[in-house]
Amino acid sequence: MSDLTALSVAEMREGLAARAFSAAELVSAHVAAAEAARPLNLFITETFDRAMDAARAADAALAAGTAGPLSGIPIGIKDLFATKGVRTTAASRILGDFTPPYESTVTAKLQAAGAVSLGKLNLDEFAMGSSNETSAFGPVVSPVRAQGSEAPLVPGGSSGGSAAAVAARVVAAATGTDTGGSIRQPAAFCGVAGIKPTYGRCSRWGIIAFASSLDQAGVFARSVRDCALLLEAMAGFDPRDSTSIDAPVPRWAQQLSGDLRGRRVGIPREYRVEGMDPGLEALWEQGAAWLRDAGAEIVEVSLPHTAQALPTYYILAPAEASSNLARYDGVRYGLRVVPEGGGLADMYEATRAAGFGAEVRRRIMIGTYVLSAGYYDAYYRKAQKVRALIARDFAEAFAACDVLLTPTAPTGAFPLGARNADPIAMYLNDVFTVPSSLAGLPAMSVPAGADSAGLPLGLQLIGRPLDEGLVLDAAYALEARAPKLPAPASWWR
Amino acid sequence: MAVDHEMVARVARLARLRLAPAEVAPLAAELNRILGWIDQLQAVDTEGVAPLETVIPITRAWREDVVTEGDCQADLLANAPAAAHGFFAVPKVIE
Repeated sequence: MSDLTALSVAEMREGLAARAFSAAELVSAHVAAAEAARPLNLFITETFDRAMDAARAADAALAAGTAGPLSGIPIGIKDLFATKGVRTTAASRILGDFTPPYESTVTAKLQAAGAVSLGKLNLDEFAMGSSNETSAFGPVVSPVRAQGSEAPLVPGGSSGGSAAAVAARVVAAATGTDTGGSIRQPAAFCGVAGIKPTYGRCSRWGIIAFASSLDQAGVFARSVRDCALLLEAMAGFDPRDSTSIDAPVPRWAQQLSGDLRGRRVGIPREYRVEGMDPGLEALWEQGAAWLRDAGAEIVEVSLPHTAQALPTYYILAPAEASSNLARYDGVRYGLRVVPEGGGLADMYEATRAAGFGAEVRRRIMIGTYVLSAGYYDAYYRKAQKVRALIARDFAEAFAACDVLLTPTAPTGAFPLGARNADPIAMYLNDVFTVPSSLAGLPAMSVPAGADSAGLPLGLQLIGRPLDEGLVLDAAYALEARAPKLPAPASWWR
Repeated sequence: MAVDHEMVARVARLARLRLAPAEVAPLAAELNRILGWIDQLQAVDTEGVAPLETVIPITRAWREDVVTEGDCQADLLANAPAAAHGFFAVPKVIE
């Protein structure tokens, strides 16, 4: 039954409906795959027993005709979503023993749709990282390897466990969150599809906050259609999130056609950057040709403030993070460290020094600095103004086109440890994903090819606000024309 | 705007992060490098540009002023590092 892990979500639904296999068989095959994949360090907390209980409940619902749209589908949850009764850590020591008494809206919706979670997936600490190496629970090892090499590669980040678990056929789909590229970049590195919808599409309620004006939930799967199916279950208005958008959720999966006649695809010229993999540039052109083949007209557009997006992000995101993470003080939950004979202030300082890792501390320091008296206008206010220009660039580009096509990341995956010494080199991974995050736009990475070492490369589609439909459809047209990447060889078994 | 050791100590105090003396110099160097990189923003002309605080129109949401949740003291205290008599307990604040 091990081939059950190779099925798409759409095929799993058909198989379950036709009684070709049971949810218990399906989930148990994935639990076995998850156990075999422990060397990849995908999960922070495994919930296999719960998953089997939920699978049996799904079988009962299928038999009774009360099944939800995702009944019995094995998924994983990024460990940034609060899950009632299941430890939720944000991959941080400071929340190492935190068990939420409530369930995030997105995971509650997935549960209500019948999806079965195998557990909580590893990530960069508080989602701050691009390689999953800042996790307090150790890095995730990518299931992907370069041709003829056994060197361990990063899965990307921050949703590294989610992307890797989907690529390794341990789950059919996984939730992620994306603040500056944390879904799209790991999707590209691991050779899977990943979508970040419009800011406000998915409720942030119960997602541990990093940068609240940017954080958005999304999903990984091995096909565009599967992403659409999952996103339909996750999205929707939530009165408990004041930035949730009150708009109907389209039936994205049903509407996929791959027919782009009458659509204009914009190629932003500023995304041709130095240091880009030469194969990636060719792939980008190939991607444009594929979309032309699907009926689209290709137009060149300009996003003049692209180069300023990363420095803008590295003011705004740390500023918001330093504020959001002020709550971890050792009083109400999480780690507490009290120095011998120390008072309350000593407890705060010692707890936070012991509980946060180096990258989180670095960002709290930057955020506190740019918000502090005398620097607020020069840094924080300035960045908010440049953010307005970046958003305006996109609005003007969308006067000339309907969707944008860009690379997802400048290179394929890199070896574990290769970029840790230099924070800025690590930040540059997100050069193509951060601008659309700052503008709050829906964006998706879809596997499109491989570099000279056989490592997956992704192309990114960016749409107008709330136009996930066209983002998905253009991705669907690309997916249909791109060569199918081979599944990673199960070297960890 | 170079960040000196004194500024690093001040920001750490504001952020309630205890720094070991040996951590200050490397952190100052790192912050200076990152802030130096960020400084390129100063060259962008933002004259007359309104700061963007939210990417979506935020409308004021109204709801009935009724209790929807509550009576969950045990849940709230379940993750507390220390609790006593139904309260969060902290080290002595007043000498």
